Amino acid sequence: MNQHHHDHDDHSHLSEIELRVRALESILVEKGYVDPAAIDALVETYEVKVGPRNGAKVVAKAWTDPTYREWLRADATAAIASLGFVGRQGEHMVVVENTSDEHNMVVCTLCSCYPWPVLGLPPIWYKSAPYRSRAVLDPRRVLAEFGVYLPETTRIRVWDSTAEVRYLVIPMRPEGTEGMSEEALAELVTRDSMIGTSLAQQPEAMR
Amino acid sequence: MNGGQDLGGMMGFGPIAIEQDEPWFHAEWERRAFGLTLAMGATSSWNIDMSRHARESLPPAEYLTSSYYAIWTKGVEKLIVAAGLVSKEELTRGQSLSEPAPIKRVLKAEDVPAVLVRGGPAERPAERPARFAVGNRVLTRNLNPQGHTRLPRYARGKMGVVELVHGAHVFPDANAHGQGEQPQWLYTICFSGRELWGEQADPTLSVSVDAWESYLEPV
Repeated sequence: MNQHHHDHDDHSHLSEIELRVRALESILVEKGYVDPAAIDALVETYEVKVGPRNGAKVVAKAWTDPTYREWLRADATAAIASLGFVGRQGEHMVVVENTSDEHNMVVCTLCSCYPWPVLGLPPIWYKSAPYRSRAVLDPRRVLAEFGVYLPETTRIRVWDSTAEVRYLVIPMRPEGTEGMSEEALAELVTRDSMIGTSLAQQPEAMR
Repeated sequence: MNGGQDLGGMMGFGPIAIEQDEPWFHAEWERRAFGLTLAMGATSSWNIDMSRHARESLPPAEYLTSSYYAIWTKGVEKLIVAAGLVSKEELTRGQSLSEPAPIKRVLKAEDVPAVLVRGGPAERPAERPARFAVGNRVLTRNLNPQGHTRLPRYARGKMGVVELVHGAHVFPDANAHGQGEQPQWLYTICFSGRELWGEQADPTLSVSVDAWESYLEPV
């Protein structure tokens, strides 16, 4: 039995999928195709090191530094890489900017394409059938499910990421944040606001 | 293929289940399924398009009733059998029954950061000029291939406008089937909600897909 991570488990209590994954790993390790320590390192990377705080730094910088915002528009991949966020599932980045006239929202109707270096792994709802099916058809009602009610005059622009291009939404900078530091602004930037299913938080909400 | 993965525009799946403070993984087996999928991908025994196609060619009823990492697990199982790395019997028995097959490389823990930083860029040198430019009107082709495609059903046979030109990218429809990368120009094509969904669509809606050149015809 693989003692690597499962020492608290009792075989008899494992579900079918748990048994299936365990068997698969043990075959792949036994054959020498997979190093279990590499699995640990991959999991640790996305559980500990990468996440939406990365994207929040990009957004806060875009809010405060017009030169950086221009760079994001011209070459988002390079501008984001300059902050150290690079690699798998972020090889080709595009940023889309929300305004009072237009709200951007990102989906992958075909699978779960998502900008890992800036947002980490996607939440379950992003990968789920309810979101993937309706985001392109009826985004206004989808937004309402997230508690977001936009003016009827605000245009909605949905980006279905069907290729290897990954989209990051720059939410609108909340009012009343003039003079706030980049670090404080980044705290207002939620994961969902960078997918486009939410807005950046008001500073009051921080209390 | 017109599989269970092509969800855009379907109805009846119910409300979006939003989980507050969602953990990155919901069970230990999900961590292992995630890690072993990436680790096996790093062996270069297949490419990302083959990997997506393996998941998407699950029967629709199975695809739609399997959890996300269960789909990944089933995908890897299909890929290792197809690549001759593991036999079906070994999977059924849950143990290795034969000598390992030759493999291009094995991902070591110390190489994980560098491999993730490198990623898998899909852009390639363009062999010919782009056929379309920003602002051009195009018609998406009504394609229904048996094999892999990234043109969703809801965006076939629709009039749109070229919004972005991304360069030449690996063509998944070929790469998923071992036919080489066959790079093509990739575009973001924007459609009005009304073009996609008819007159009852939200008049303020527009939707884009990223589409390879052979998905498109000039208007």
